[in-house]
Amino acid sequence: MDGLDDIVEEFLVESHENLDQLDTDLVALEQEPDSRERLSSIFRTIHTIKGTSGFLAFHRLEEVTHIGENMLSRLRDGALDLTPQRTDALLEMVDCVRSLLASIEANGGEGNVDVSAVVAAISAAMEDQPAATAPAPVEPAAEVTVAPKPARSRKAAARPAAAVASPAAAPTPRKAPARKAPAAKAAAAAVPVAEALVPSPAVPVPAPIAEVPAPVSPVLPSPRSEPIVESAESDGAPAAEGAGGQTRRAVADSTIRVDVDLLDELMLLVGELVLTRNQIVQYVGRSNDTDLLRASQRLNLIASELQEGVMKTRMQPIDHIWSKLPRVVRDLGMQCGKSVRLEMEGRETELDKTLLEAVKDPLTHLVRNSVDHGIEAPATRTGAGKAAEGVLTLRAKHESGQVVVEVADDGAGIDPARIGAKAVERGLVSPDALSRMSPQDVLQLIFLPGFSTAAAVTNVSGRGVGMDVVKTNIESIGGTIEVESVPGRGTVCRLRIPLTLAIVPALTVECAGDRYAIPQISLQELVALDAEKAATAVEEVGGAPVYRLRGELLPLVRLTDVLGLTSDRHDGHVVIAVLRSEGRRFGLVVDRVINTEEIVVKAVGGQLKAIGLYSGATVLGDGAVALILDVQALARRALRTETTDRQDAREGAALASASETERQRMLLASIGGGRRVAIPLDTVTRLEQVRTESVERVGNREVVQYRGAILPIVRLDRHLGAYGESDREVLEVIVYSDHGRSVAIVVEEILDIVDGEAAVRSDIDDLGLLGSAVLGDKVTELLDVRAAILAADPAFYSAPLPTTPAGVPAPLLEV
Amino acid sequence: MTLAPPVDEAAPVIGGQLATFWLDGDLYGVEVAHVQEVLRSQGLTRVPLAPTAVAGLINLRGQVVTAIELRERLGRPPRPEGTDAVVIVVRLHGEAVSLLVDAIADVVDVDPSDFEAPPDTLDGSARELIRGAFKLRGQLLLALDVHKAVSA
Repeated sequence: MDGLDDIVEEFLVESHENLDQLDTDLVALEQEPDSRERLSSIFRTIHTIKGTSGFLAFHRLEEVTHIGENMLSRLRDGALDLTPQRTDALLEMVDCVRSLLASIEANGGEGNVDVSAVVAAISAAMEDQPAATAPAPVEPAAEVTVAPKPARSRKAAARPAAAVASPAAAPTPRKAPARKAPAAKAAAAAVPVAEALVPSPAVPVPAPIAEVPAPVSPVLPSPRSEPIVESAESDGAPAAEGAGGQTRRAVADSTIRVDVDLLDELMLLVGELVLTRNQIVQYVGRSNDTDLLRASQRLNLIASELQEGVMKTRMQPIDHIWSKLPRVVRDLGMQCGKSVRLEMEGRETELDKTLLEAVKDPLTHLVRNSVDHGIEAPATRTGAGKAAEGVLTLRAKHESGQVVVEVADDGAGIDPARIGAKAVERGLVSPDALSRMSPQDVLQLIFLPGFSTAAAVTNVSGRGVGMDVVKTNIESIGGTIEVESVPGRGTVCRLRIPLTLAIVPALTVECAGDRYAIPQISLQELVALDAEKAATAVEEVGGAPVYRLRGELLPLVRLTDVLGLTSDRHDGHVVIAVLRSEGRRFGLVVDRVINTEEIVVKAVGGQLKAIGLYSGATVLGDGAVALILDVQALARRALRTETTDRQDAREGAALASASETERQRMLLASIGGGRRVAIPLDTVTRLEQVRTESVERVGNREVVQYRGAILPIVRLDRHLGAYGESDREVLEVIVYSDHGRSVAIVVEEILDIVDGEAAVRSDIDDLGLLGSAVLGDKVTELLDVRAAILAADPAFYSAPLPTTPAGVPAPLLEV
Repeated sequence: MTLAPPVDEAAPVIGGQLATFWLDGDLYGVEVAHVQEVLRSQGLTRVPLAPTAVAGLINLRGQVVTAIELRERLGRPPRPEGTDAVVIVVRLHGEAVSLLVDAIADVVDVDPSDFEAPPDTLDGSARELIRGAFKLRGQLLLALDVHKAVSA
């Protein structure tokens, strides 16, 4: 009974609204007793309540409304005339329904509200008996309602004190009881006051009621009285904070339905207001007018509060999406023959409704993954010395302006070695690169497209969406995802989600005279080095600048380099924004840090989306437009072997270049995003053009029919994480054949054939690359052909060598 | 600024009203229905790594709008130093894009019978963006294909 069911709450809100209308209708009906329209309206309302209460198993509510409905239908059909007595009976019914609803709201059940009196009164009114109840229909009802209670079940008497109070209070002003009920209930927090309240409205009624305090008071200290105190307390706290959450008290009085579009509109306007506020505060900061200064400070405060308030209207507890998960866990657990206990911490954590919707699917996916792949079968668990029942923990909390959601299981964990092996097998990473990755980095490989989670940990079939989809979804709302795992101990997936989409706290920085915004969600800290310190503190490892941040090497990326600009800072100072992306840290070197600002994210036109470095644009305080940097994309583009031990990297590269000192003829191709790739010419069999529409799919792979055979395709831009255009009509294809098997490598454009100089290669490499070299005066990446081919056809090298050379026979169909 | 209902964008031959402007000595026109407003030169925020025709972003009353340098787009020499561009904001498929031109001219009523395919002398990059020419008295009016022009 802790908390109300969504359906019940909905029902309460609706019914309260309807009952208010009913009061008005009934009173109006007395003035014009023949209005069929009003009668029908009343009938419908009661009918709705009856129907729903039957469905929700509130039997007394159903009983009352049923008899009321009977009378109403006869009134409506003209079988009965509306007399004041009947109106009274109807109003009494409405009051009774109200107290039942109040009881449901307070305790989740109908409590001890007695309905027999009302039922009797209505029956009497229908029979047209000038019943004894007629002259004062309500008072006796109240008497009957209250009196039997101490007699029938004394223990329960304390609990529905509020419910008792309301019919008791009924006689004088008819509309009052419902309003008073919550008041009485709130007062019940202080138990003695409740005692005082119960008898006082009952005073006019003589003997039976006067006794009430007596039976009640000894009961009060009993455990039964606790729920009231508790609920009153829990009600009081949020109410005091002004949070609209799940206040049990007066659901109807404390909520109002608002169109989401209206809220969106408000949010937009507030966003603009915040921008304007920023502008004004900035201008005023330069003036000396103290009055203006004070006014602007007030504006500043009010705008902030307004923004917070409007944001709150869109906030919903994460429980809204979590509440569906126990079922998911249970069903999936049954299916997999696992016993899983779901624990939730911080279910009241709130975030924006749209964001909530956006994380729903990724979260469900992560939970399924944990049950499916993470938690072991009971036998395995006991074998490993763990409890047979697995524990899946969902945690949500606010942390520095973000919501952190964790999905943690105490299952088998993820073995980096297996992930690595799988990634190599799938051609997602070269063995070389893998050997240089830290275990933490290896874990992040599960987010690569094409990495099947199913094959990674167990053989239970995949769920259709991979972790890469989860990641894409989370990133699309400006969030991040990380995975941590201890083999044998469990896995934690951590989502960081911004509180709201529309307004983002950001750091504004300057680079080559322009300003850029960096969302604070990625920002960890700022480091400023003066010229003297920078000269020694920024070191170079294999040509790549690094900074020792508290003993750890932080790879540095110069924003000017990424953007192809020239820094206008010549004094040697270095400003580093330490950013985090996908569980890795790097330092972005900017010219200057300007300040932190709340920015409103504006979409950029299609022309700029293709660049893939900007997540949007915003208007700054002074009215200038600033681009918002997409930190994830920046990291992907600028970083190669981020947290890898660079010493290892250098040795690896040295070995690699030693073995390849001879000059090689290379095919140069562009893969989009200004990146060039060199492919050893001896691995190229033919160059072809393929029409995009002739590309077909086999499973999750793309293939094309080519010379009567099926040719698997790897798109190099996707394989290497470049940003190529995907909507071209004709694909440039490099065909590589060996031992009768062929694959097609799609590039953006074939540029040239040059002689490669192994000597100028750098150790910088990335997934799917061997390194890079300067070819034709431009830095060119050397393709790891083997990895690319494996990405297209994992069985390319391992398949038995067929002797039929030309045709590409059956084996390929396995792909 | 409300304007006439949108014209059928696929119409091969255009008639009716064209908003005209000058660019490197030539007179160009775009359908009035596409034009949202005309502004004086605005502060531009450059976009590194963007296609060369993207001159930058402008702040249009709180909305961020991409500015396309039409001179660059049409393969003309850059605007001489010291002269400011005029910004024509066009709205296509609900998205506002702005075009930088030399100067704005009149709104001209054109007669489809004056229309002719682009002259053969027009060179490559510009040719794709020009739908044709209207032979006005003493002046050729080149009809710009706005959709192609903004898809830089």
